[in-house]
Amino acid sequence: MDWAELLEIAETEKHRQRGIRVHCCTSTGCRAANSLDVMRNMQNAVEDANLGDRVEVVGVGCMGFCGRGPLVQVDPEELLYEEVTPETASSIIDALHGGEATPIQGDVHHPFFSRQMKIVRQHSGKLDPERIEDYIAAGGYQGLYKALYDLTPADVVDEITRSGLRGRGGGGYPTGLKWATVGKMPGDQKYVICNGDEGDPGAFMDRSVLESDPHLILEGMAIAGYAIGANHGYIYVRAEYPLAIQRLQKAIQQAKKYGLLGSQIFDSAFDFKIDIRIGAGAFVCGEETALIHSIEGARGNPRPRPPYPAESGLWHCPTLINNVETLANISAIIKGGADWYAGIGTETSKGTKIFALTGKIRNNGLIEVPMGITLREIVEEMGGGVPDGMVKAVQTGGPSGGCIPATLLDTPVDYDSLMKVGSMMGSGGMVVMDHETSMVEVARFYMEFCRGETCGKCVPCRTGTVQLYSLLNKLVNRQATQADLDTMEALCYMVKETSLCGLGMTAPNPVLSTLRYFKEEYDALLQTPAYLNGHSVQSDAIASSVSP
Amino acid sequence: MSVKTLTIDGTAIAIEEGATILQAAKEAGVPIPTLCHLEGVSDVGACRLCLVEVKGINKLLPACVTEVAEGMNIQTNTEKLQTYRRMTVELLFAEGNHVCSVCVANNNCELQDVAVQVGMDHSRFTYRFPDRGVDISHKQFGIDHNRCILCTRCVRVCDEVEGAHVWDVAQRGAACYIVSGLNQPWGEVDACTSCGKCVDACPTGAIFRKGDTTAEKVGDRAKLEFLVTAREQQQWTR
Amino acid sequence: MDKIKFATVWLAGCSGCHMSFLDLDEWLIDLAAAVDVVFSPVGCDLKTYPEGVDVCLVEGAIANQENLELIYDVRRKTKLLISFGDCAVTANVPAMRNMLGSSSAVLKRAYLELGDVTPQLPDEPGIVPELLDRVVPVHEVVPVDIFMPGCPPSADRIRATLEPLLKGEMPVMEGRSMIKFG
Repeated sequence: MDWAELLEIAETEKHRQRGIRVHCCTSTGCRAANSLDVMRNMQNAVEDANLGDRVEVVGVGCMGFCGRGPLVQVDPEELLYEEVTPETASSIIDALHGGEATPIQGDVHHPFFSRQMKIVRQHSGKLDPERIEDYIAAGGYQGLYKALYDLTPADVVDEITRSGLRGRGGGGYPTGLKWATVGKMPGDQKYVICNGDEGDPGAFMDRSVLESDPHLILEGMAIAGYAIGANHGYIYVRAEYPLAIQRLQKAIQQAKKYGLLGSQIFDSAFDFKIDIRIGAGAFVCGEETALIHSIEGARGNPRPRPPYPAESGLWHCPTLINNVETLANISAIIKGGADWYAGIGTETSKGTKIFALTGKIRNNGLIEVPMGITLREIVEEMGGGVPDGMVKAVQTGGPSGGCIPATLLDTPVDYDSLMKVGSMMGSGGMVVMDHETSMVEVARFYMEFCRGETCGKCVPCRTGTVQLYSLLNKLVNRQATQADLDTMEALCYMVKETSLCGLGMTAPNPVLSTLRYFKEEYDALLQTPAYLNGHSVQSDAIASSVSP
Repeated sequence: MSVKTLTIDGTAIAIEEGATILQAAKEAGVPIPTLCHLEGVSDVGACRLCLVEVKGINKLLPACVTEVAEGMNIQTNTEKLQTYRRMTVELLFAEGNHVCSVCVANNNCELQDVAVQVGMDHSRFTYRFPDRGVDISHKQFGIDHNRCILCTRCVRVCDEVEGAHVWDVAQRGAACYIVSGLNQPWGEVDACTSCGKCVDACPTGAIFRKGDTTAEKVGDRAKLEFLVTAREQQQWTR
Repeated sequence: MDKIKFATVWLAGCSGCHMSFLDLDEWLIDLAAAVDVVFSPVGCDLKTYPEGVDVCLVEGAIANQENLELIYDVRRKTKLLISFGDCAVTANVPAMRNMLGSSSAVLKRAYLELGDVTPQLPDEPGIVPELLDRVVPVHEVVPVDIFMPGCPPSADRIRATLEPLLKGEMPVMEGRSMIKFG
């Protein structure tokens, strides 16, 4: 494979494609709503109407407006249909030759779409994730070619550093710095790991990227491998994402067939192979050291850092671990240049971020927005606000994050601003809560999650979360006293400061942030201790009480 | 090998490069409470009792796995550390079913000792009273999961010193327990050599010799350290 | 000036702590000179806990309705409440029944499954106090001022706790001699 061949594949594919492409989402969300039948009925309708030479029905990845699925979009006209059923599906094809489409027609100019900026999701919903040719036709693997032939590994690292890209898994560590560290480590054997163990409740950004555009990840990983001197990569995906796994497997096979993975990629001296490892369902395996243990075949327990994986990771070799979304940015940065990327976003947070917008909100789904957009713009303009009532709070960062009250909706979405208000960017969950939501119950929900997901290795996380959950339960059941609330707060800080890994260190955040902004809801649940009912306690001035 | 100089609670100390803060503290005569640490086996940094404050670093560091660095200024017993250590021990007592008065390890228990050391006279946290089992299928020993604090010392000593790897941890979170073999009764695990190192390694009364009754278990913890130095330095007597 | 009003109560425990209290031997005579014993299973025969108690040693965990009512009463009428011994501090042996779950599971086990002659559940409302579902330490239901662990606390530990109080000082509950459990 060389440059000319790559372009030829792209040309052949473009030539093969029909003028009208009816894109039908076949990602997990729409699939659950019967989109495969929708697609089949549309394909039959095309055949029945003999439109095969100018119309093709293409199963594509996620279009984002998941709350209104199954989604179908007719391109290039950009006619979006929502909640298409197998019964109404064929009418979309009828509309292409004089009939009338019966499904609800969506507004692609609605802020939900128009305020988005798609870099990671640029191909999502536009191309068939199971055909590498479709990806190549959209400019795929050109970033890898450019990296291999126009840039040295150090140039690639420099490009990523200058782009200002930060880790999208939640921590926000500068990606370029991480790459540079691994790159500079001595040793012949290094690894690239793609962390696809997305586990925050309500978050499905990474799943969507993997299902919709698997080659984007493969390309990002290969570029990373070239930059840091690794020739082996692992994608760690949770077993709950079978479609993502299946598409990745297919994508790896296709890329190998074309010489885009394996030995001598693009006829260069660079070899890179990718294997998939499937997680067994533990949330904690999203923590990098636990994930590494899991790939090694051991129990998925985190270990103290340092040493960081960059120094001693998979099988004690220098290892680069990046999140799915982080790696999905790489090809675009190499193709578009660091300066272009650094021009998007804020001073300290560059580029875009995908959020899974859910909760009490009109427009549910996945959105990719430029850093620096305010929560208000996301929730009120794009999300359309709360159906009946008022926004009370927005939860970001999942079980590691916090609840931001409505009064702070003008907070810009960037790593530092979210941290400052007591939450975090996290991996991209964004849950909108209305006035009927009890914030104490929200805190309890997240603590219940952490209690169930702690690996059990370190004491504060294993048993501190159990005690925090039980105290929150006591509060919700109106059995807690002021003393319980004080104990709970003290325990939150203890678990945060003494836990071994990020899971424990952040587990108290939902409690602490709701205590910070919604203290009155906690206070309202407090009870007078039972022994005080109707009686008064004698003075507790102890020393004076016992002096003779 | 170079030497690093640092201060621990105001005392200056020099120690070889690669040593841990815990080793340095030991040499300086500064007591730091530990539970999952055991001389002779690797450290895991799990109990969090040995956390210390290092000037210029905004998080607490486990002394057992943190290597010394030149000029480190370490505080081992600040008010915050005291508070957190006490809470850690309270959490441990509330988590299992620790009834000292009827325990084989009474008066010879590291959990009990640590409680005294950190000044824990009661637990603020609700006792969980978990439903845990006892396995006495082994002909010489027994394991009472009620008294287990999941320090994994037995796991490591069996794996690293005896080389049998009879023990490991099963499940996660509050459901974690020490598992023998492939979740078999201990007595049916062929890999077990009945060496008894896990009995000596266990800080509490969780793993015990059959026949020992209340306050009769005396864990010979120095034996493990001796075994390791014997192998490494060929010192066969103690 | 009035003497210190001193009380001891016995909840769910084996009375071992009170036995240990009697091990104070001749110091009991000094204590008797310094305090008025106003309520105690080993010191007087009152049925109602009096008002205005200065110091009370509470032995035992909270296991039944009577324990609960008494401890509420004790807390309301006592200035300084001491959790006396492991049962009061940790619920200890009486709480080992908690592993069985609820009180009915315990009663079923004790009176039906193990009942050899005439298995039947004890049921005498107003006379036999009902078991609580869970046995809990004293500080889970009322605030406690001093914790004196031990099963039982030795006479020395009891004395070292009480002696400073007689002088109007708080005892220092630290170190192996004062706070070791068991």
